[in-house]
This record gives sequence, C-alpha cells and structure tokens, in this order.
Amino acid sequence: MIAPLFDIAWLTIREAARRRLFLVLILITAASVALSGWGFSQVRDALLSGGDGPGGTIEAGGLTGELALTFIIAQLLILVTFMFSFILALSAVFIAAPVIAGELESGVALTILARPIGRTTYLLGKWLGIALLVCVYAALSGIVELVVVGTLTGYMPPDPAFALAYLCGQALVLLTLTILLSTRLSAITAGVACLAIFGLAWIGGIIGGIGTAIGEPAIAQVGELSRLLLPTDGLWRGVVYHLEPREILLLLDQAGALTAAFPFVVEAPPPTSFLAWVLAWFAVILGLAALSFRRREI
Amino acid sequence: MSAAPTGVGIVAPEADAAIETVDLVKRYGRTVALDGLSMRVPAGEVFGFLGPNGAGKTTAVKLLLGLARPTSGQASLLGRPAGDRESRRRVGYLPELFRYQAWLTGREVLAVHCRLAGLHRPTWGPQIDAALHAAGISDRAGDRVGGYSKGMQQRLGLAVALLGDPAVIFLDEPTSALDPVGRLEMRHLLHGLRARGTTIFLNSHLLTEVERVCDRVVILDHGRVVAAGPLADLLSERHLRVRVTGLGRPAGELLAAFGSVSESDGFLELRGLDPDRVPDVVAALVAAGGRVYAVEPRQATLEERFAEAVGAPSPAADAPTPAGDTTTHAWGQPDGEAPR
Repeated sequence: MIAPLFDIAWLTIREAARRRLFLVLILITAASVALSGWGFSQVRDALLSGGDGPGGTIEAGGLTGELALTFIIAQLLILVTFMFSFILALSAVFIAAPVIAGELESGVALTILARPIGRTTYLLGKWLGIALLVCVYAALSGIVELVVVGTLTGYMPPDPAFALAYLCGQALVLLTLTILLSTRLSAITAGVACLAIFGLAWIGGIIGGIGTAIGEPAIAQVGELSRLLLPTDGLWRGVVYHLEPREILLLLDQAGALTAAFPFVVEAPPPTSFLAWVLAWFAVILGLAALSFRRREI
Repeated sequence: MSAAPTGVGIVAPEADAAIETVDLVKRYGRTVALDGLSMRVPAGEVFGFLGPNGAGKTTAVKLLLGLARPTSGQASLLGRPAGDRESRRRVGYLPELFRYQAWLTGREVLAVHCRLAGLHRPTWGPQIDAALHAAGISDRAGDRVGGYSKGMQQRLGLAVALLGDPAVIFLDEPTSALDPVGRLEMRHLLHGLRARGTTIFLNSHLLTEVERVCDRVVILDHGRVVAAGPLADLLSERHLRVRVTGLGRPAGELLAAFGSVSESDGFLELRGLDPDRVPDVVAALVAAGGRVYAVEPRQATLEERFAEAVGAPSPAADAPTPAGDTTTHAWGQPDGEAPR
C-alpha cells in the first residue's frame, strides 16, 4: 500500500506543477511579500518619525515606545497572516475539490482504479500529495514573509514555527473536509460547501468569543461546538498566539474576558486536549472519506 | 443461433474459464442494469459481448473489475473473486468513456500505469515501446495527451491496456473513434493477441468487427442474455431467399417439406434448409408454375442474429440485394405480378 500511496501523491504534485500552480503561487507570493514588506517599512518609518503620544512617543493600547511599535507591527503581521490563511485555505479547497470528484467525472479515475490499487490508497495518496503541497508552500512563503518583516521592522514573533504549523493545520482541516465531500459531491458543490462550512465555523468562533466576553456560557458554547466540528477557528487562535509578542499577555490580563471577542488577540495557546481532538478529527474525517470512497460506484 | 434464457449463458466445460459469472444482478435504484447474467469465457478466446445501448455491457465490465459492486450473484476473474486486487494485476482495460491526464505525455501516461500495475522498473522501457508500437502512436509518444485527437486517445488507451502482457484484456468499444485503417490494425492486433493466448473481452456495437475476430459471443438485452454461443454456431444456420411469381398454391404449403417459410420484402424466406436441397426447392417452385427471378442461398450475418435476438427489425429488410452468396439478382418483376 505504501509505494502506490506515494505514487499517487507524487502524481498529484506533478499535476499541480504541470498546471503551473507553483509558478502562479510563487509570483503571487513574491508580489504579496514585496507589497507587505514595503507596507511594514512605511508604517515603521511613519511611527518612528512622528509618534502621537506625549513628546512624540508612540502610543498604542496603553503601551508606549518600543512596546507599542512591537504591538502595532505584530497586529499588522497577524492581519497579513489572516489574509494569507484565507489564501491558503482557499487554495487547499480549490486543489482538493476536483482531485477526487473531477477524476471520477472525467473518467481518469476509471483507468487508475482498474489497476491493482486500493481505493483507500488512492484517496490517501491524493490527500498526502495536496497536504505536502499546501504545507511546503505555507512554510516557504511564511518563512520568507517573516524574514522580510523581521529584517525591515526588527520584529520576530516568539514562536514562528508553531504559528506556521497551526496555519498548515487550518489548511489541512479544510483539505480533509473537501476530500470527504468530494467523494460524494461534484467538485464545484464540494468546494462551495466546504467554504460555506469554513465561513460558518469562523462566525461560530466569533459568536462564541462574544459569549465569553459578555459572560454568557450558552453563547460561548456555540464557539466551542463550532471549534469541535471544524477546528479551523481554534487553530487560527493558535496562529495568533504564536505571532503575538509575549509582552501583550500582560495587557490582555488587564483587559480581562473582553479580549475573547476579538479574533486577532489571544490570551493562551490552544490546550493540549484541543490538539488531541484535532488529531482525532483528522482520523475520523479521513476514515469517513475512505469509507465513502470505497463504497462509491464508479 | 442458440437463444439462451436468462441465467444459462455460455458453458465451455473443457476450457479454463478466464471470466465466469453466475446470476449476476446489478440494480441502480429501480433500474435493473444486469438481470442474472451467467456466462463463462474460456481462457485464450476472443469474446464478443454485444447488446444495444443500455443493455448492461459496460456495467458487467465494471463489476468484473471491481469498479462497481453487484447487487447479487457471483463473478470471478482469472479464478479470483471479481474486483480482487491480485487478479487486476493481470488485466488490461480500455474503458469506453475515459480520459488520461491531459498534462502528461503519452509516454508518461504509460509510465504511470507501469508503476500502478506494479511492473518491474527495468521492464518499463521495453513494455512502453512495445505498447506504443502496437497501438501505432510511437511518433506522438512525446506529446501531451491534451493535444491528442479522440482516435489518438483511443490508441493510447489501447497501449495502456496492453502494458504488462495481461492475461485478460477488456476492450469497451475500442474502435469507436478509429478510422478504417485503425480498425484494420486493431483487428490484426487482436488476432496477434489471441495467438499469444490472451483472453480478449470485446464490447462492441460494430458487429462486422466482432464477426471477424470473435470466437464466442453473448448478446445481452435489458441486462439478460438473449443469445450465446460460439460464433460459428450462431452463424451456421443457412437460409434461402427466393423471388418467385405465378405460384398456383400458397408458398408455405408448397415448401413446408423444406423448412419454415416466411415472406419479407417481396421475398420468400426459407429457414432450416439443407444447402444440398436448393435445386429441389427451385424444381418444386417451377413444377408448381412459378416463375423464379432470384434465388439467394445465404448464411446468417451477426447483424441478423443480433436483430433477431434483441427483437429489432431484420437488417435484411434494408437490403433487397444483400452482400451474401447471391447467385441471382432480382431485377424487378417484368410481368408486374406480385410475388407470393
């Protein structure tokens, strides 16, 4: 099972390369990093040359001086990462949606599955190929962005590797859900459904945060539930936590529960129990996808 | 013609069966695609699997390859349950509606299938070259499949099916996109494969092709076997077409001793006739005062057998002067009398 699994994964990666996906992603990433780098340096220069605090010092959220600068740059970085996480999530969905459903519709799967290769192997191979693509792209472009921002502004998040890992996790969740849906739905329907569910989970997370902020446990549970059903929002909070300067935690302590309402500041990393749940979620969804695909008539 | 009821199919007890099905049923919701298919395909034969559109031919192939699951019944391929991964190692398949990865070259598609089929790496090169050559696409092997014509894609599909010298090759409408030269080449190829002992399972609508290459045939209609047997047996029955006028008695009565008589398109059709008795038939007609304009002893064509099996109008009605062993042509009716 192992060799054909890697064969299918390699075929999936080759397809992406031949379809010029890498080329387009490299160009877009280069443009995005250049633009955001220019933006970061402009913001830093503007802040350093004319702060709005007493005596021209920088002031933000009760912080002053270097700390305020760090806070602002970190928030900008989180916003850029938020946009990037969307691009990554959309890419994962767009690549994954046609990979099973499209091959079934076109008849490519007919020729492959008549070979001595199991359905589960085929499905996991496709998943692995896209997962590698998404993670390698996320890691490389994330590292480039962080290095550029660090060089231009002097800010480097405390745990950039963890932030990137959570970012990949978020994309992998969407990839896995899309693969499951595409074993039964057409490519377009699977993609649209997955994005809609992603959006709902995002809103669910915000509503849950508001519930926590205003002390309404029933509303807070909406967020918990949505994070369990689709762990993207929980993983996003992991990204944010590892991009924030640690000094901000003091500030958040002062702000109390209110910070829970905002998806761009996080007080604590996702608990280990949540991470264990995410692993279980992957196993269950991939298992369901394999089961569904094995039972599928071709 | 040996019309077989559902579930009887073909039996060739002395040969090893490459493919065997017993009461195979496949339903899609309320639609019955296969209704108790029982057949046996001896190893090393070219097997024609015929039927009108929607008869269940492609469904049967998909069940044999494990691409779909039967509702009930049993099927085996190369002595193992249908869909078994080991048996698929020794099978080639050219689907009817398919596409290969448009972004790969023809040679790369073949390499992917060598890999998926589990062939040993050192054999890939010779296998690919031989398959490309056999399918007649060696000169386009380096081009992307996306630029291939439909006929070229079908040739590529054939090359893929030939990889690894499979024991059984399923060809689902393999010549539908080929030009006449391509069809001729396909025929030569099938003869060559049969000489090597490969079992060929041929789904086709092109009955003349089937007639030229198949050893054995099953005709399927509405998911049931309606005719089955060695091709030679199916086509062995001879009949006589006669155009005659001026008979004093009904032809059926006059010729009852020779076989069953029917009338079609102005001809008397006599079935079950011993070929040696054709002169006796003519003598009887003349003795009864008949004026004989045409006498056509003919062997049944597969097209006729097919039409008869699936209840379609006889193709003979379309061809007043069929291309058989016609001894005399009917040049109309000079005296204006209607033949009887």
